[in-house]
This record gives sequence, structure tokens and C-alpha cells, in this order.
Amino acid sequence: MKIAIPVDDQQMETNVSMSFGRAPYFLIYDVDTKESLFIDNVAKTSTGGAGIKAAQMVVDNQANILITPRLGQNAGDVLLAADIQVFKSIGVSVRENIDEYLAGNLSELEEIHAGFHGHGGHGGY
Amino acid sequence: MRIAVLSGKGGTGKTLVSVNLAAVAGPSTYVDCDIEEPNGHLFFKPVDVEAEQITVKIPVVDHQLCNGCRKCVEFCNFNSLAYINRKLIVFEDICHSCGGCVLVCPEKALTEKEKAIGTVQAGRSGDVQVYSGIMQTGEASGIPIIDRLLEKADNSSQLTVIDCPPGSACSVMESIKDADYCILVTEPTLFGVHNLNLVYELVQLFNKPFGAVLNKCIEGESPDKQFCLDHKINIIGEIAFDQELGELTSNGMIASRENDKYRQIFASILESVKKEVSHETIAHS
Repeated sequence: MKIAIPVDDQQMETNVSMSFGRAPYFLIYDVDTKESLFIDNVAKTSTGGAGIKAAQMVVDNQANILITPRLGQNAGDVLLAADIQVFKSIGVSVRENIDEYLAGNLSELEEIHAGFHGHGGHGGY
Repeated sequence: MRIAVLSGKGGTGKTLVSVNLAAVAGPSTYVDCDIEEPNGHLFFKPVDVEAEQITVKIPVVDHQLCNGCRKCVEFCNFNSLAYINRKLIVFEDICHSCGGCVLVCPEKALTEKEKAIGTVQAGRSGDVQVYSGIMQTGEASGIPIIDRLLEKADNSSQLTVIDCPPGSACSVMESIKDADYCILVTEPTLFGVHNLNLVYELVQLFNKPFGAVLNKCIEGESPDKQFCLDHKINIIGEIAFDQELGELTSNGMIASRENDKYRQIFASILESVKKEVSHETIAHS
């Protein structure tokens, strides 16, 4: 199983990026092999629709879940179509977020535009 | 002659100046390009209004024909296409209707459909032709509405006043691009001056002749007047901070149609603009 996280730098000691679509890099972490792959976010300089392009990258890298502090409606729609579960990051450490996810301590991201929740079957509000 | 009225900051007095200039100009045309919140019609109360729907083209996918080559996804500069789970998804709201995806699709899986984004309304108020653009709530860009507005208003050779949207973004550039003269409306606030600076840069970038109308003028320090003096901007009119003018305007009246005092203020601004434009024409011929 693979976890995707928007990150600030290309190393495991880096922080979770505060932005999804405009994050500098994405970490694709393979839980089974413990391999980490850092990919350049080609969407970060887009004039528009960065979230959609970034989400497409996450999907293309076969991630099963995404851990992010926030997410926009369009990116949410892409990930929903790809059945990728989205969890809300806690704190800033990438390692800590992976550990917390594996320990079952992260909750699903609820702050996406309301339209996303209806489809997910776990509408929060 | 086309006069564009802009200000940067909203609420400075673009519509006040535009509506009154058109009203004192005799047979004239008023074009409300503030498509997100058009309000000129509240003053003109036009009659014989005809509305035209404005549409843009949005791609439609034939999933039977799409083979997932992603050429369209890679082509789109606005990232309005994504290919997920063997299915192309179109994000209509951020599509800029360039038609490029349809051209690059080798399978002819993409066609276009019309999507309504707003209306252009044309009516009459006395001897003023009134055009208003109205964008539907939730639409991201109204440039096609402004395009059509200015195209329609171009039918007349008479004096045209273009009431621009606030700010200095694409919609303002579209509104002033064919103007012969730009009026920058200012107010004596620091916020107003900050945004005035943006439109000041914009009209220079577009190489337009321009002048300033100082609105809500007060006694004492006046940051907008100082800005105009510092940058040698021609001040073509000053409108005092005036309760009566405020009341007339708040009640949806056109001040220059109600009171000769105001008619003279705007007639004098219009004369200054006409003089400026004729000088420009001579200087450039």
C-alpha cells in the first residue's frame, strides 16, 4: 500500500507542505517495502488547476491514500474518482504522520467543499 | 469616441461618473462591463430591454472513442482535464474554452457543447443606449460577456462610456482595450490610492491617454490629489463630498438629470475629455 504526502523537501526528515496543489514535492511511501520516492510536483507552477494536476500525479503514482493538511474541491473530485482516501495531517513531521496513520490515529479530511462529502458516504457536517 | 472609466478600488465612483457622463452627453451609449455586479441599469432604468444569452464552448467526451492517450490532458494549460480510472473527467468551471483539446484528440473523442455563462441586455433610457453584461453566479470568467457587450455597443458611432469592473485584472484590460481615453476615478483614502496606482500602471502599459476625476473631495489632506500631483496626472474634474449628491445617488437617481449644478460638473468633465482626445488625435496624426 502506498501513501502520498505533499512535502517541502526531498528527504524523510522534511515537513508536510501546507499546500496540496502547490507543494514542491510529493512523497510516495510504500508501507510494505518501506521505500520512499520523492517526485517533483510539476503542477506547482500551473496558472490554474494545480490541484487537479497534482491529484492526477498522486493517482498515476498508484497511491492508495493521501495525507494532507488541506484539499480543494477539484482535487477532491479527482481523488474521489480514483477511490483514494484522504486523511488530515497532524503537526508537520512527515515521519510522525506516517506513524500516526499506521497506528490508526489520523482522521479523514472533513474540510473539503461540502460537495465532496456527499459522495464519500461519510458526510461530516 | 470611447471613454473607459476605471478606478482600481470598488466603490470609488466609477458608476456615478460613467452614468452621469453618458447622461449629459446627449445621444450616447453606456456600457456596463462590471459583469459581476452591474448596477448602471439601476440608475438608467432602461426600457425596451432585449436580452441575449452568452455561451462558451466546453468539451464533451465520448468515452467509447477515448483511448486514454492523455494528449488533451497534457495540452490543457489550465489543467481542466484529468484521466482517472480509465475515464476522462472535464472540469467545466476552469475550462477557458480554447478548443485545443478537441484539436489535439487523435480519436475525435472530444466535441464541444454550449454552456451559458450570462446575458447581455440592451435597452434605452431617454437618448442613452444602455448595455449591461450580467454573469451567472458561480462562473469564473466573464470575458466572453465583455467581448460581446463591446461588440454590440460598437454599432453606434456616438459617444460611448464604458463602466469598467473594479480592479486591474483581465476583465478591466478587456474593457479598456479599445478605449480612446481612460478616466481614473479616485477617492481620498490610502486604500483608494493603492489601487489607483495599479490602474495608473495599467493605462500606461496600454498606452492610453488618461486623466483623473477626484471624487468625494474633502478639505485638507487628500492622498489621491497628492498622488496625481506627484505623478503629473492630469486632473480633469473634482466632485465634492456632498450629502445631496450622495442622497440622489443612493435613491437610484441620476444627479445630472435632477439638478443643474451636477449637470454642469459632469458636462465640464466631458468637455475636458473631448479636448484631451482631440489633442491626442492631432498629436498622433
